[in-house]
Amino acid sequence: MRVRDSGILLALFVLVVALSLATQTFLTQGNLVNLLDQAVIVGLLTCGITLCMICGVFDLSASAVLAVSAVVGVLAARGGGVALGFGAAVLTGALLGALNGAAVVLLRVHSFIVTLALSIVYRGLALVITAGAIVYPDPARLTEFQSLSWPTALGGVTVPSLLLLAVSAVTSLVLWRTTLGRRVYAVGGNPEAARLSGIRVGPVRIVVFTISGVCAALAGLVLAARGGSAQASMGTLLELSAIAAAVIGGTSILGGEGAIWRGMIGVLILTLIGNGFNLLGWDTTYRPIVEGLLILAAVGTDYALRHREE
Amino acid sequence: MTGPLLLEGITKSYAGTTVLHGVDLRVEPGRTHGLVGENGAGKSTLVKVLCGVTTPGAGRIVADGRAMRLDSPRAARAHGIALVTQEVALVPRLTVLENVMLGRWTHRAGWWRPRADRLLFDGLLGRTGFALDADRPVRELPVADQQRVEILRALASGARVLALDEPTALLPRTEAERLLDLLGTLAADGMAIVLVSHRLEEVLSACDVVTVLRDGRHVLTAPAAEQTPRSLVQHMVGRPIEVLYPEPAPVAADAPVVLSAAGLPQVERLDVRAGEIVGLAGLTGSGRSAVLRLLFGADRRTSGHVTVDGHPVRPASPRHAMAEGMALVPESRKEQGLVLVRSLRENLALAGLSTRQHAGFVRRAAEAREVGRWLDRLDVRAADPRGRTAGLSGGNQQKAMFGKWLMREPKVLLVDEPTRGVDVVVKVEIHRLLVELAARGVAVLMVSSEIEEVLGLSHRVLVMRGGRVAGEFARGAEREDVMELAFAGRPR
Repeated sequence: MRVRDSGILLALFVLVVALSLATQTFLTQGNLVNLLDQAVIVGLLTCGITLCMICGVFDLSASAVLAVSAVVGVLAARGGGVALGFGAAVLTGALLGALNGAAVVLLRVHSFIVTLALSIVYRGLALVITAGAIVYPDPARLTEFQSLSWPTALGGVTVPSLLLLAVSAVTSLVLWRTTLGRRVYAVGGNPEAARLSGIRVGPVRIVVFTISGVCAALAGLVLAARGGSAQASMGTLLELSAIAAAVIGGTSILGGEGAIWRGMIGVLILTLIGNGFNLLGWDTTYRPIVEGLLILAAVGTDYALRHREE
Repeated sequence: MTGPLLLEGITKSYAGTTVLHGVDLRVEPGRTHGLVGENGAGKSTLVKVLCGVTTPGAGRIVADGRAMRLDSPRAARAHGIALVTQEVALVPRLTVLENVMLGRWTHRAGWWRPRADRLLFDGLLGRTGFALDADRPVRELPVADQQRVEILRALASGARVLALDEPTALLPRTEAERLLDLLGTLAADGMAIVLVSHRLEEVLSACDVVTVLRDGRHVLTAPAAEQTPRSLVQHMVGRPIEVLYPEPAPVAADAPVVLSAAGLPQVERLDVRAGEIVGLAGLTGSGRSAVLRLLFGADRRTSGHVTVDGHPVRPASPRHAMAEGMALVPESRKEQGLVLVRSLRENLALAGLSTRQHAGFVRRAAEAREVGRWLDRLDVRAADPRGRTAGLSGGNQQKAMFGKWLMREPKVLLVDEPTRGVDVVVKVEIHRLLVELAARGVAVLMVSSEIEEVLGLSHRVLVMRGGRVAGEFARGAEREDVMELAFAGRPR
């Protein structure tokens, strides 16, 4: 294990120990369950965005895809039942993700710009679908719809937390064990070498965007289930938190390197900071400053370590 | 600076490879000094040292009895030394005038004086006889004019020493002649000119003095009038370095043609038989790599037709070329060959992922076994095959690149610079490997900048010049003959 790996684990460990010692409440079951639940939305987005970053592309449309998928999910649930709603949301996420990928591949413009532009389009789309209003599932199915956000018998751990565990496990498996994962790393690390090795670079990129879209849709469903509603402006700018989490964990913004577990550690660290501010009763107006400096420190360390290696 | 500029004992190494071994050079005002040598002889590096683009590991640069520190192009310019390279370094959006005056605008108390700039510029035009529109953006100009802008820039900076690296390589004949005439005029004005060129006749006609470099060493400095292209080539070649090339096995009389191409822009017809090694010789930029890339579909073929064992190969799909049994070991490990941030194992496995998978999952045991076998066979030394490839030596990386493609057991192996940047031991290993592959029936098409390598390993040698195959030699051809064809005069 290299310095970069141990560094980030150490940071997490220090935070956990510090909070355990400084507060009576941190190491309670209630707080830990709560902590995990808070990490879910950004965590789900981070799974998809980490895949994209490893593949050398950025998905800045994740939160907009989240909103469209949630809106479609709620409306579909109203028309044809909760199961249909969930299905429709996931399908929407996949389609919009694939569209991102296709646009990036066909236009040959940097993914940053393409997904930024498309995110505006998607927000607009959500606005058109909802006519600017908040949409709700019909009251008879509200309980069933919201069951997605409930605690389970597993010590009160919520359904969303389990969903995040499942999604991060599946995406990790894809990266570590499948030929697709190998292609994703290769395309991100050196697209030309990948192409000359017979890898179809475009389709690989479309697939990672599609997966990112599905992750965003799942995050959208969780958010809609918690609030019992959906609207065009939900989740705005959360993809930036997800990118930050991935980077804090040590996934390279240059592509070719990184892992889902790293992103999850990044999400946990960000969530712990928020949690710590609350538990310690600190003024939360300072929280963004701490988070921003942390991201800077993470990127700076990553750069320094990378240069030492080469 | 009024007296000569002396480069003394210049030594330079890149990543352990020494490219200049204590080279001396004396640059005199009022003289045009030609610098010639084979690819990799160290000409460009020497010029870069002179102009502060790279700093030498040892040696010093002396003018007027004082050693100078030229650790940046800026420092060199301050000493009146300017460089004009093949890659034009101008700001494309700015006008001719703005580029020429960039960084040395005339000013008084911080206020720019555009009219004074224009006067200066007009003066320079008068001195050089260039016809350039001062207000046209540089990007709209043809290459020859952009080069003129660079020369004007050097003059505007008050350069006393002007070095030009292959200035005529991209110019048509008449333009090249005009440029050489101008260099003569500038030298007559008292400037010192250093001209690096592959075109020997051109060097002999334009220069007063000529220096030959070979393998990073100074071989000869003599008045140009005493030399001929043939004598220069002999000095460039020298006594061949004693690398024993393994003798390729003779190609069976009935060996079938495996790779066949027709109607490519570079070559009308190209056939490589099973067991045959065909070498592509020529200067850098003569289009050797382009042939390999077109055959493999790495660049799209817009004309011509390629077959492997009679099966047509699609014009722009490396993937399809691979499926038909082709492999390309590319020129650059870093840019094209390897994913340096990934492990050795992943890199070797990359070209054959689909052959070792089950329902989309990598069969890791099979992969580790197969990769391990090739690492052993090629003697790739790595502490851990799961570590980053970036940490390995050039030789190990090069062998890894071969391993990646040999794992696919190709019928046709295209190799671009098989031994670039590797030490002698690995070089010999790769030579043996290529001969052995051919002996087992692989059709090999090899590009190399090292003429000995091409002559030593190939059954047949094709010589390229100016983007076309200019001639063919059977095994046993003389090195001088091949080089003369590759270096021959000006392009048509």
